[in-house]
Amino acid sequence: MKVIDAKETYFKTLNDMVFDALETEDEVIIANVGGQRYIGTGMDAGKSIIVQGTPGNDMACYMNGGRITVKGNGQDAVGNTMNGGEIVIYGHSGDTVGYGMRDGRIFVQTNVGCRGGIHMKEFENCRPKIVIGGRAGAYLGEYMAGGVILLLGLNLKEGREVIGHYCATGMHGGVIYIRGEYSDDRISPGVAVLEPNEDDMKEISDLVRDYCKYFGSDYHEIMNERFTKLAPTSARPYKNLYARNEAFPLS
Amino acid sequence: MRYFTSEFLIERNKDRCINCGVCARQCSNEAHYIDLDTGEVKSDETKCVDCQRCVCLCPTNALMIIKNPNQTRDNANWSQQAIREVEMQASTGGILLSGMGTPKEYPVYWDKILLNASQVTNPSIDPLREPMETKTYLGAKPTQLEFDEEGNILTKLPPTVELDTPLMMSAMSFGSISLNAQKSLAMAAKECNTFFNTGEGGLHKELDQYADHAIVQVASGRFGVSKDYLNKGQIIEIKIGQGAKPGIGGHLPGEKVNVEVSQTRMIPEHSDAISPAPHHDIYSIEDLRQLIFSLKEVTRYKKPVAVKIAAVHNIAAIASGSVRAGADIIVIDGFRGGSGSTPTRLRDNVGIPIELALAAVDQRLRDESIRQNCSIVIAGSVRNSADVVKAIALGADACYIGSSALIAMGCHMCRTCMTGKCNWGIATQNPELTRRLNPEIQYKRVVNLLHAWNHEIQEMMGGMGINAIESLRGNRLMLRGIGLSEKELEILGIKHAGE
Repeated sequence: MKVIDAKETYFKTLNDMVFDALETEDEVIIANVGGQRYIGTGMDAGKSIIVQGTPGNDMACYMNGGRITVKGNGQDAVGNTMNGGEIVIYGHSGDTVGYGMRDGRIFVQTNVGCRGGIHMKEFENCRPKIVIGGRAGAYLGEYMAGGVILLLGLNLKEGREVIGHYCATGMHGGVIYIRGEYSDDRISPGVAVLEPNEDDMKEISDLVRDYCKYFGSDYHEIMNERFTKLAPTSARPYKNLYARNEAFPLS
Repeated sequence: MRYFTSEFLIERNKDRCINCGVCARQCSNEAHYIDLDTGEVKSDETKCVDCQRCVCLCPTNALMIIKNPNQTRDNANWSQQAIREVEMQASTGGILLSGMGTPKEYPVYWDKILLNASQVTNPSIDPLREPMETKTYLGAKPTQLEFDEEGNILTKLPPTVELDTPLMMSAMSFGSISLNAQKSLAMAAKECNTFFNTGEGGLHKELDQYADHAIVQVASGRFGVSKDYLNKGQIIEIKIGQGAKPGIGGHLPGEKVNVEVSQTRMIPEHSDAISPAPHHDIYSIEDLRQLIFSLKEVTRYKKPVAVKIAAVHNIAAIASGSVRAGADIIVIDGFRGGSGSTPTRLRDNVGIPIELALAAVDQRLRDESIRQNCSIVIAGSVRNSADVVKAIALGADACYIGSSALIAMGCHMCRTCMTGKCNWGIATQNPELTRRLNPEIQYKRVVNLLHAWNHEIQEMMGGMGINAIESLRGNRLMLRGIGLSEKELEILGIKHAGE
């Protein structure tokens, strides 16, 4: 284990230090992080970073494996195009968390900004998962093509909705599970609102158990609430939008 | 009822036709068929797209595809095509989709620019007997160099890549074109020491062996993008826009997403592959910088990062911003550029010609003293070596070729790539069709094309008395306009012929 002090260190210098440290160490603690970008970029399996403070944008982009723990809030694009591994944020996170994420898991203790899980996709054995303890901003799961988003809506302030507007717009794969009530008009018309089946409940329950393990919440209290499931009605949402000009069928 | 008839007629010369059925077997559109009662080969011209496959393969030259003389009444405003398009949309309510670049009659400035040659003074050079350098380096160049006492360079040099010729293959993804087609381009790039571009479809495992000649693209859908993929490529290209469809994203229909495409793009089979119009993590130049540097971080600052933008009205300012954001290469794609599938209206109406965009960008970057911080690569209809020479004299470092390379492999510009039924095995994933394109044969045709163009570039440079492409770059004195307005000449930064 190695401790790196990030105080007043330029992002490139810091990331060079972290990169070099991870060559020989399995765990690196970065103290006094104050907005440095790209921490843990492309990190591989078997490695671990603990971030103390507030990491900058694009933390864990292209991450391949391992674990990043943030003792603070994440900013924008946490886990951008992430391929594997796990991120646990003891706080909230900014916009586009898990953009284009392909595998791995992200746990955010409280809220996330807009466009969370945008264009997540699954493939063969890869199935990315994002668990959000609080609420999500607009366009949650936009263009979502696979994977799981679980939104718990814990500790909502009076009058706040668990989801923002235009939830699941253009969703054509994957599932979003939402705990508790919300206004139907926030859900994209191309998406079906369903009761979770047994398999869904098992998936929810496993993720909630891990959420509680990380953040110390009460499992039964969380599970003792209604969940709904959002799923796309078609894997081809825009199929009938087009007409072929130069090859228009005449018959 | 039917509101219009076929665009083409198929003329079968009965004296020549031997009813062999080659045409019927070759046509994926089923425009030819064998009449089971008589054994005769017949045609249904309503299905013909004029791809010329049957014409080329007919062993007795019995076939001819001609424009259907049946026309609506002449009207300079309401052309037959304009009428057809309204009728098609009335039938379907759909957005019209087209393939390849715009066929509309917009000015082609390449054809309104003439090249210089030496006479008497500054004698011309014969490239057949004298050295003639076409080697090109892409990437940021240092503004100054520092040396130690032994003459070793102390300055940390930015990453660059070397090409033997200022020509590269445009981005064409596996998915939009077949693996055999992409492989042919990759093999040609390797042989000519230049680059092919994966497009936004990922790098197929079979093409790993050509990774030293790959430009890997990162687009808004992030298909196939991973740490390994980014590190395999020699240049990473962020696709912001495409000349054929500036301002919108891509959309590979689910029927083209077979097992192989699914594995390469890392998405489920038969699911639509939707690339959103914007990158949702880029809403500003600062955000672009963020993506550029995330790519530099993950490749440890060892690869040049290119930003591909469509030629639009404010192209010079956008290019300047992109260079300041850290782009090592700016790719400008002109509005005549090709596409496997594009909404017709966008293809035909959005963007500006590459010649004007290139001249404006090169000038702007010079004016701001940041031209050396990037290379400029252009795309968007480079049809021959003269276009290349003119582009380089206008300021480009290299040109992408797309349609020209496809034509080398058999494309006849029928503009129906979006159907996935390409009879030449290029824009299709149907194994019956893709196996018609043999990479071992077709790559050589692409190599031939590049070699031929490179020779011609050398001839034209030699004629100007220039023996290295570096001396031609941005050398607008070698260009003169013909039939252009003052304003056009001003934007192109060239004089009129005779001046």
